[in-house]
Amino acid sequence: MELRVEEIKKTAVEAALNEVLHQTLSSAGDRFVALREAGFSQLEDPDGLRARGRQVKDRCLANLPKLLRLLERRVTDAGGVVHWARDASDARALILGLADQYGVKTVVKGKSMMTEEIGLNRALAAKGIEVWETDLGEFIVQLADELPSHIIAPAIHKNKEEVARLFCEKLGVPYTENPEELTMVARRVLREKFLGADMGITGGNMAVAETGTLALFENEGNIRMATSLPRVHVALIGIEKVVESWDDFGVLLTLLARSAAGQKMPTYLSLITGPKKPEERDGPEAFHLILLDNGRSRVLADPVLRDSLFCLRCGACLNVCPVYKRIGGHSYGWVYSGPIGILLNSELLPPGSARDLSYACTLCGACAEVCPVMIDHPTMILDLRRRLAEDPVWKGRLVLSKVLPMKIYAWISVRPFFFRFAGSMAMALQRLVAPSGEWKWLPEALARWGARRKIPRFKKPFSRRWKELKTGSRKRKSSG
Amino acid sequence: MQGKKPPRKVSLFIPCLVEHFFPQVGEATARVLERAGVEVQYPERQTCCGQMQFKTGYHREARKMARHFLRVFGDSEAVVAPSGSCVGMVRHHYRTLFRDDASWLSRAEALGRRTFELTEFLVDALGIVELGAEWPGKGVYHDSCQVSRLLGVREQPRMLLSRVRGLEMVDMEHQETCCGFGGVFSLEFPAVSEKMTGDKAAAVVKSGAGFVISAEPSCLLNIGGYLEKTGERVKALHIAEILAHQAGEPWN
Repeated sequence: MELRVEEIKKTAVEAALNEVLHQTLSSAGDRFVALREAGFSQLEDPDGLRARGRQVKDRCLANLPKLLRLLERRVTDAGGVVHWARDASDARALILGLADQYGVKTVVKGKSMMTEEIGLNRALAAKGIEVWETDLGEFIVQLADELPSHIIAPAIHKNKEEVARLFCEKLGVPYTENPEELTMVARRVLREKFLGADMGITGGNMAVAETGTLALFENEGNIRMATSLPRVHVALIGIEKVVESWDDFGVLLTLLARSAAGQKMPTYLSLITGPKKPEERDGPEAFHLILLDNGRSRVLADPVLRDSLFCLRCGACLNVCPVYKRIGGHSYGWVYSGPIGILLNSELLPPGSARDLSYACTLCGACAEVCPVMIDHPTMILDLRRRLAEDPVWKGRLVLSKVLPMKIYAWISVRPFFFRFAGSMAMALQRLVAPSGEWKWLPEALARWGARRKIPRFKKPFSRRWKELKTGSRKRKSSG
Repeated sequence: MQGKKPPRKVSLFIPCLVEHFFPQVGEATARVLERAGVEVQYPERQTCCGQMQFKTGYHREARKMARHFLRVFGDSEAVVAPSGSCVGMVRHHYRTLFRDDASWLSRAEALGRRTFELTEFLVDALGIVELGAEWPGKGVYHDSCQVSRLLGVREQPRMLLSRVRGLEMVDMEHQETCCGFGGVFSLEFPAVSEKMTGDKAAAVVKSGAGFVISAEPSCLLNIGGYLEKTGERVKALHIAEILAHQAGEPWN
């Protein structure tokens, strides 16, 4: 996938000025928030369940090598094939090799962030293989030649007018803004592709090690078709998706379905254990499961960042993030967006390559409040900032304009005399550059800050007022 | 503080923003505390808690400042500040700063337990909600993220405000949404921050209130600055300013 994390400042500003985008993201976000709240309010002990979800992920990650080997054995026993991929190029090569092996001309895909991580669509297209996204939102962004902007709602950034124009232009259908009619158009186009495809490629929400079963959650039925109609099913999952048992699965199912869309269960839940059995009528002849690392074992070994591998990809943290709702998913510059995107993009890309990303956060903590597995995003984002400032592996070029003010302020702050003196100097300076109340000159960053906000003025500091009060040199007044 | 005797003496912890830009908030805080019956001290060697250094990742610098803070306030019976984010810094983030330094960690934890945001100190530690304050008009309370989410202080300010004579409190849309300040965020992403602040200001104006009240000076700087620059008539006030004003006192 195209890497644009270094451009976040530019893309974020452009997105923030787009009021249509903000309206679209806000109303969709509010709908998701309401669904989630309704879903959680039916639970007897929502926080207790979240804590259990956290324990499940924690234990499964602690036993990851063992569980992955068990998963491999069980999938193989069921007639499937397991492949291991160290990074994106490994995974791409594996899938292209399989496509070649099975003589694949057309691929239908289920929604999968993992295939975005490895830039699969482009790689397949380069080999002359036709690829169709079959999730409605993914289908829309594919037609628009864009990338998904939300983990579970890939086209959340588009309103129905934009989708109507897109379908009209790309599919040659009469213009309609009616969502049902638009859906029927997609259904008509995709039904043919399902029937003609040689390979279905999906991600996976969980893999249950004890039986070697891949679990896929969806609400449209397209994954059910993509995993049962073509001759071959290839599933690509991150290594952190494995759970030990069906008990673990039950806990995470409840959390994920409710957290994503307030559902008790997803509309379609596909549980896939190997390819079609001799006695079965439907299903693929071959089932391949690719287990991708792509930086995850590095994250797993990190005591602070490890928790981000708990993520179930429900999207709840995006829906409550005030920054996400202003800048949209594309601004984050890589596969993931919102609070979890700051973490995952920073962690899975080479350390230090996503410098500005960790600052695209007000530390408001709304994300941590809704996370179904209690990931503490703000604390971890703060730790990313520490790495970027201090850790030799993460920190890059020294930017004096950022470092110096922090060092100087710290130096002054441990010397009370200088601290008070600097305050007096600032006030004296203010008399020069802001004699009448409006600042005549300010450093660029402050001036931009103050475009629509009044820059505060230094007043006689509290410390001096206190002294005067206590020594009686100023008569005590009732109000400042 | 349950089961313990309420502190008799408190040390005022005045955040940098209050020291320089909102000194009247510091004075109001002292007055409210005195009215609540505690003796108020102001340790004069206090400077800054190091929040900005910590939140931009400069832990080495933040640690120096934190040690200074712990030396200055180490003997205080209780520390009270009119700011949720600075209290959060001392109570929560100092633990992160000193996670590899057992002796400073224990000093930080001990002081963290004795450091309070003003409204939680009044309600939780002293058990006081009635301060005899009067403030005519309509107000809306802004839940600062650092007060509500980091400290879990949501009810205390509302309890105190509900007892203020003449003050009618109203609600606003998206009550718990961040105002878009986020400290360094607003300098790194000023245009995005400004849009978020605009959303918050619009919600404040739509509520019909004449005052937006918060327990966090940085939000007041942000929301108040926006309201003032864009010509709105709603005033941003710190909760201490409201609580400090008594019936019959002059307005200035």
